[in-house]
Amino acid sequence: MSQLKGGEFLLRAAKMEDVFSPEDFTDEHRAIARATEEFWDNEVAPQLEEIQHQNHDAAVRVLRKSAELGLTGVVVPEQWGGMEMDMISAMIVAEVLGRDGSYAAWHGAHAGIGTLPLALFGTEVLKKKYLKRLVSAEFVGAYALTEPHAGSDALAAKTRADLAPDGAHYVMNGSKMWITNAGKADIFTVFAKVNGEQDKFTAFIVERAWPGVKVGAEEKKMGIKGSSTCAVYFDNVKVPVENVLGEVGRGHVIAFNILNVGRLKLGPFAVGGSKQVLAQSIKYAKERQAFGGPIARFGMIRHKLAEMAIRIFAAESVAYRAAGDVERFGDHLKGAEEYAVECSYVKVLASEVLDFVVDEGVQVHGGYGYHQDYFVERAYRDSRINRIFEGTNEINRLLATGMLLKRAKRGQLALVEGVKKLQDELMSATGPVDSDVAANAKKIALFALGLAYQRFRDQIEDQQEVLAGITECAMNAYAMESVSVRRCKLASTGKAAAAQDVCDVYLDEAMNVVEQSARSVLAASSEGDALRVNLAILRRLAKREQVNVIGARQRIASKLLESGRYLF
Amino acid sequence: MKILVALKQVPARDSLLRIDASGRWLDESDLSFEINEPDAYALEAALQLKEQHGGEVVVLSAGPERAVSAIREALAKGADRAIHVEQENLGEFDTLSLAKLLAAAASSEKADLILTGLQSDDLGSGQTGVIMAELLGLPHATIIMAVEASGQGVRVKRELEAGWFQHVSMPLPAVLTIQSGINKLRYATLMGIKKAKTKEVRKLTAAELGVQPESSVSLLRIYQPKRVKQTQMLAGAPAEQAAQLVEKLKFEARVI
Ligand SMILES: Cc1cc2nc3c(=O)[nH]c(=O)nc-3n(C[C@H](O)[C@H](O)[C@H](O)COP(=O)(O)OP(=O)(O)OC[C@H]3O[C@@H](n4cnc5c(N)ncnc54)[C@H](O)[C@@H]3O)c2cc1C
Repeated sequence: MSQLKGGEFLLRAAKMEDVFSPEDFTDEHRAIARATEEFWDNEVAPQLEEIQHQNHDAAVRVLRKSAELGLTGVVVPEQWGGMEMDMISAMIVAEVLGRDGSYAAWHGAHAGIGTLPLALFGTEVLKKKYLKRLVSAEFVGAYALTEPHAGSDALAAKTRADLAPDGAHYVMNGSKMWITNAGKADIFTVFAKVNGEQDKFTAFIVERAWPGVKVGAEEKKMGIKGSSTCAVYFDNVKVPVENVLGEVGRGHVIAFNILNVGRLKLGPFAVGGSKQVLAQSIKYAKERQAFGGPIARFGMIRHKLAEMAIRIFAAESVAYRAAGDVERFGDHLKGAEEYAVECSYVKVLASEVLDFVVDEGVQVHGGYGYHQDYFVERAYRDSRINRIFEGTNEINRLLATGMLLKRAKRGQLALVEGVKKLQDELMSATGPVDSDVAANAKKIALFALGLAYQRFRDQIEDQQEVLAGITECAMNAYAMESVSVRRCKLASTGKAAAAQDVCDVYLDEAMNVVEQSARSVLAASSEGDALRVNLAILRRLAKREQVNVIGARQRIASKLLESGRYLF
Repeated sequence: MKILVALKQVPARDSLLRIDASGRWLDESDLSFEINEPDAYALEAALQLKEQHGGEVVVLSAGPERAVSAIREALAKGADRAIHVEQENLGEFDTLSLAKLLAAAASSEKADLILTGLQSDDLGSGQTGVIMAELLGLPHATIIMAVEASGQGVRVKRELEAGWFQHVSMPLPAVLTIQSGINKLRYATLMGIKKAKTKEVRKLTAAELGVQPESSVSLLRIYQPKRVKQTQMLAGAPAEQAAQLVEKLKFEARVI
């Protein structure tokens, strides 16, 4: 099998056929996109104002309608009312529904984290009881992991479930915080510790209707104001033992696996939102007159529009590449675990691209971008949550490199050999290096990782900035390769020239980030002459022909302004 | 009832239209395509008739290879099977020879009812369905707003001008050309999309049907309509002005 294993992109070049991208969509995928877009235009868009103003009934009505199309059970087996389709189809649906942050939250919390734990870990009995009714959205689902004092540190949860003397049920006590969909949810996947024991972290399916379950008031949030977010309280709630999800003491496996999938899915949600903002910004730039003409003629505005498109292209490339890998792995859960590092990159990159896009979107709109009458104002606030949930971007940055090291230790990734081979190569060679910028970025990441590990060994866990710096290098290298392989795929199409420009600019910018991050990692990992030698190696690896990025962005902007939307 | 729906794939409404180098057609390299709007309503009317009276809905489309996505969409919405007259050079067929092509493909089906849209969004000649009826020796009615099966025939409602309608009872088999907006289009469900993959799409070519391209009418040049600015002053009391404005926005500008 030629498919790269999780994290292996650092050690081996991907071949074109190994990297899935939207160019590989089947007719069926395209039909799904079209159907979802039609649903969006006719059913979701007209309800957005209602939803935005906390008319939760409207949101649930739309959710139920979307279930009739099959949008709430894309990957769920047919036996349970699902569509039994591939991960790519689920990504495509998410991308369309990501156009509005609030509705995306309803959909994601229900069909993703609210349904998948049951679909993937539930017993037949539990699935019979709940799954069909979740897939049809008769029941609304929610996922309750976070607590007031346990967010990133989810395993510090205090909610407990004590086995009752009758052995037939648990008694649950505690509280959860920030639970999306809580205002309307019928079914919660709740994480609690059996008898309060640390090693008995366990997932339960809990019905809202049971005595002792109480949902708090709506939180007053900065953004995604149309979503429902409340605390949920459990006061001596009797939970039948058959409502344990998976095994007692294995709740963390469910929590982390669902998070992997959630991180991957955040990619298309953010990409969908970004494309929407880009289209609105293009439109506004063409309409807004200043100094005797549309602002779209100004280089600095064109720069912004082009830059939005370039970064969206990168986020999209990374998201679909990782989804393709997960899909080809066969089992979505195991696939998302295998590619957990890549899923974290998707989450971080896509959420930060969205934040960049909404920020520049507001800027293109000037003062009007600061007004609630304009879509970008809302998009700007809605974007911010994406860097916080599904594991904060800090946690994901730490995890990503942490997992690479763990995989190496477990013998799943030949990192040590890779580092050694690279060091030999770097010591022996003096001439110019490979002209493949993405390949060099990977070498930089590996080089930095090797040095940092040699310096800190097992204490590297305590060196958060170093770990995050390595993540920055590796994540950008992964994105660079994804973008550059996709450019090759587009080479024989009408979009070849645009893809070339996008790729040229992205590689140049990402390499700047890689170089800068690597420099700080090297400086923290070596001193004196060694540092000087290491910096010289870094400079050599980061060297590249300077492309005319201004010219490239100008050409991209012209195409964007002509077509009125994202180009690919 | 066996219903044949003739549908065409046309450039999507929100496409950026560029004229190609020949000046006689659109540059298709960057276009996306969709089912011609009135044809989508014809398909919906057929699906509703099938739901009421049983039978079969067969889709007939002449188009290049890409038209298969429009055909699959129709199958995903509930059509039972399809005939694709796959031909890359349809631009060389004028309306008459195109209608001959469709009639030849339709004739062996012996459908009770043939539905088409009243016109195509790209060429807009409004003739294809009518000529096809003539070639097949079938009665036809155009600009149909409603279709009801009644006994051996159908009762249809035609749109005339100035808000007038005509009700016609006609025998079957017949050809009807359907107006846009007459029913509520259904969505292709994901399950429908999945099932569409396994439905039959029979491929035919013009050569197999024995039809040659003809050009009794030829397209010399296409061009972008000129934008013209006009100012109109509305008179009357504010309420009357508002009413006139709404009227104009609805029927002249067609923006609301
Ligand atoms: C709108 C909204 C919806 C949500 N929906 C859900 C839901 O449906 N279900 C659910 O279970 N949860 C949900 N959450 C909770 C969300 O997942 C948590 O807020 C998130 O995990 C962060 O936890 P926290 O808020 O406790 O922040 P903290 O963990 O307190 O983090 C505070 C800061 O410290 C940083 N930090 C924390 N630990 C470390 C570390 N080890 N190293 C370095 N930096 C660290 C963080 O990155 C962050 O910058 C939602 C939150 C919001 C705001």
